[in-house]
Amino acid sequence: MNLLAAVPGFTGNQTALSPVGPGAAHIEHTFSLIFWITSTVWLLVLTAVVIAVYRRRYTLEQMPPPERTTEASDRFAARAVGVSMGITVLLLFIMLISSFRTGHAIGTMNSEPQPLTIDVYGHQWWWEVRYPNPVPANIVETANEIHVPVGVPVHIHGTSRDVIHSFWAPNIQGKRDLMPGYDTDLMLQVDQPGYWRGQCAEFCGLQHAHMAFYIIAQPKDEFEHWLTAQAQSAPVPSDAQTQHGQQVFLTHGCVLCHTIGGTTAASRVGPDLTHLASRSTIAAGTLPNTTGNLAGWILNAQSIKPGARMPPNQLFGTDLQDLLAYLETLK
Amino acid sequence: MSTTTTPLTEAERKQAAQLERVWKEPSGFLGWFKVVHHTTIGKRYMVTAGVFFLLAGLLAGVMRLQLAFPEAHILSPDQYDQVFTMHGTTMMFLFAVPMMFEALSIYFVPLMVGTRNIAFPRLNAYSYYLYVCGGIMLWVAFFCNTGADRGWFAYVPLSGPDYGPGKRPDFWAQMITFTEVSALAVAVETIVTVFRLRAPGMSLNRIPIFVWGQVITSFMVIFGLPGVVLSSTMLLLDRTASTQFFNPAVGGDVLLYQHLFWWFGHPEVYIIFIPGAAIVSTIVTTFSRRHMFGYLIVVLSLVSTGFLAFGLWVHHMFATGIPQIAEAYFTAASMMIAIPTGAQIFCWITTLWSGKIVLRTPLWWVLGFFFTFIMGGMTGIFVASVPVDLQVHDTYFVVAHFHYVLIGGAVFPLFAGFTYWFPKLTGRMLSEVLGQVSFWLFFVGFQITFFPMHLVGLRGMPRRVYTYPSNMGWTHLNQVESAGYILLFLAVCVFLANVIRSKRHGALAGPNPWNAGTLEWATTSPPPSYNFLHLPTVNGREALWDAAPNQPVVTGLDEDTRSFLLTRTLDAEPDGKDEFPEPTAWPFLAAMATTAAFIGSIFTPWGITIGAIPIAITMIGWFWPKREPAERRRSREIWQTE
Repeated sequence: MNLLAAVPGFTGNQTALSPVGPGAAHIEHTFSLIFWITSTVWLLVLTAVVIAVYRRRYTLEQMPPPERTTEASDRFAARAVGVSMGITVLLLFIMLISSFRTGHAIGTMNSEPQPLTIDVYGHQWWWEVRYPNPVPANIVETANEIHVPVGVPVHIHGTSRDVIHSFWAPNIQGKRDLMPGYDTDLMLQVDQPGYWRGQCAEFCGLQHAHMAFYIIAQPKDEFEHWLTAQAQSAPVPSDAQTQHGQQVFLTHGCVLCHTIGGTTAASRVGPDLTHLASRSTIAAGTLPNTTGNLAGWILNAQSIKPGARMPPNQLFGTDLQDLLAYLETLK
Repeated sequence: MSTTTTPLTEAERKQAAQLERVWKEPSGFLGWFKVVHHTTIGKRYMVTAGVFFLLAGLLAGVMRLQLAFPEAHILSPDQYDQVFTMHGTTMMFLFAVPMMFEALSIYFVPLMVGTRNIAFPRLNAYSYYLYVCGGIMLWVAFFCNTGADRGWFAYVPLSGPDYGPGKRPDFWAQMITFTEVSALAVAVETIVTVFRLRAPGMSLNRIPIFVWGQVITSFMVIFGLPGVVLSSTMLLLDRTASTQFFNPAVGGDVLLYQHLFWWFGHPEVYIIFIPGAAIVSTIVTTFSRRHMFGYLIVVLSLVSTGFLAFGLWVHHMFATGIPQIAEAYFTAASMMIAIPTGAQIFCWITTLWSGKIVLRTPLWWVLGFFFTFIMGGMTGIFVASVPVDLQVHDTYFVVAHFHYVLIGGAVFPLFAGFTYWFPKLTGRMLSEVLGQVSFWLFFVGFQITFFPMHLVGLRGMPRRVYTYPSNMGWTHLNQVESAGYILLFLAVCVFLANVIRSKRHGALAGPNPWNAGTLEWATTSPPPSYNFLHLPTVNGREALWDAAPNQPVVTGLDEDTRSFLLTRTLDAEPDGKDEFPEPTAWPFLAAMATTAAFIGSIFTPWGITIGAIPIAITMIGWFWPKREPAERRRSREIWQTE
């Protein structure tokens, strides 16, 4: 059944046909079944068309007079249509049942009574990620990167903060829309450690194309370690440069939209930056998180992602250098 | 065939001259706004819809250029959003429905049922002017950088007042209103024409399949359009009058919009496909030189497709998360639509199998239809299955799927039909050689453009992205697709060249060049303004093939007025007489008043209230009773048909 997945063209970290979790794997089975049935049927029908046309072909300039047909002369045709319809209905039922079974399997993926829950909120054009905790100090906020433990079902609870988005990481699970006014719940399970890319699948405006995220699957202890580290406040800047950098952050436009835990910056319009330096990409998977990219993004995000909510910032002299140095301490 | 190559007798010549006097369309510049004959309006619909097809096709080329390179900056995201929205909106609302349904229905249905004009010819003219005004409005807005940019579906809240500032979504929503009115008008005209104006003898079981297709489409228009009437009007009200239908912050519902839109949006696909399937039935019959095998199966398939089409709108919304029981129902319903479509396909193949095949260009296009449409039907099963759809929904796989279905199911049959009926429209044949060239260019170009979209979709490329990163493995496939567009472009150029050349220099066609069986071939090519010198009667499903040696014609109609014969719905027995109205400019004026009201209401809700006054005035002018025809009707006792 998995013959399709073996086709080299379909490997990658954002493809539906090389599943790394039970959700995508179930779907891939049904996909393969439908693929083989429909391809065979298509070939047979097209063969019949070609034979039908070439059997009694006239290359006359004049159209020959129409033929008389009777019920008797059409008996063969009636039988052929009847048999074909029977086969069609049968095949449809096979695919229908396979589809139901897959839907049921995905619907009952949750084996644990209290799975790990992650809140995902869609924004134009980034993903807010939150690990809820009964102790408020232990709530983890991050953006565009969702760390999950390997081999464990994870409950994603999502909604949208503005327009409709769709949460889709094809190697792991089918997509689900995040809609304002609705709560969305789906189960994920990743069985293979790695970086799995996902992307918004519902048209959501100007930067719909640049609204990616990563699901980062880690062994359980590594994940726990990461989660503990993320719950910490940002480190207090230790040298003069980073101290100045923090002042730049707190006295410029940055503070109007972003949060850095442990400082007075606590606005929730843009992504939480408490552990910005621990993330591998910026601008919702648009650029690798390097000093140069970060500088370009801060100065003029509009040249990278036209329409994004991040305004251009005029920073002169050492201000930018110090701000970057400070942001890089936010591990 | 014996149809009219025999010279006319003296009496017939006199009769023709008399009919010509009565039915003559007004000429000159002002006359242009007065014509009400269905062949003239039908041709206008064809040309207008054809122009929109070319415009939207050029936009597709712009998109293919942008997507040929990763992270390209040929278009800004804002421009790209306008371009893809205009492409989809124009293709669906200004090309596909007006061409497949309105143009073909208006031109061919009255000819095929053997009458002199379409029912309600003034309404018909009105519908055309509204359609063309709506299209012009949308495109003028686009050229003024106010092009619709929220997708052809314009989901809320993205298109709502909070996230869609400016007037772009308003122009989009109001264009829908224009096309709704014109499609509804044509639906009513078609149904009345077919149910009441058929030639005597054309009982329900002898109606040509093409005509059946257009009747079923008409009913779908009447039942489907209210959904989009509601959704687009509620959107406009949210935007202009601050209603809150779709604002979740105050209890509005964003999903409601999707239900209303897809209640129309899914049947819309069949509104486009059923006329295409009906063209295929017509051409398969003519070019396999036999009656359609399984006439009843095919007609019932079309009817059941029309019904089922209203039971699967939710399959556009699987990713919104719906209860499992609803999932099961809509999956089953979506797969079941394959049964009537499959039945038609098997009937076509058996008809070809048992016929004598004449392989001319129209049949080549139909073979292209088989290849392409059936593949689109097969990928339709993937998207009908909820779990699989959750992976392919809103990716390029779906883009491939619906282009296979819509271009396969409507544009290939349309080219087939156009090649087939060109002699009827113009009196001349299209060049066979150029026809073949354009077919092969189009067929190969189509597969190169759209087949790789399946693959790139499975590799994770979503729809409606203005660009993509270079490291995703999508670049080469996108470049192949863009290369395929060049072939499609050439194919359309060759086709147009063929049309222009053949219109002047093509071989003369005569009344019935394909020796076909339906009634449009019983008159001269192109038909005169009165359609038929002798109104025909019918003796079988293929009226010309089954005609008795002395098939009678309709006599006894008044020839000094535009009179026509009414027949009964079931058995098409003569049931009375009535008169078609004269040409007039009132429908044009009423359409202008309506256009002013619609466009005005984009800017202020008062547009409707104040705009209603000129509409009322023009409508009164339109329906103002005239003493003379009323007297005539009374004196001839044709008012009562009992």
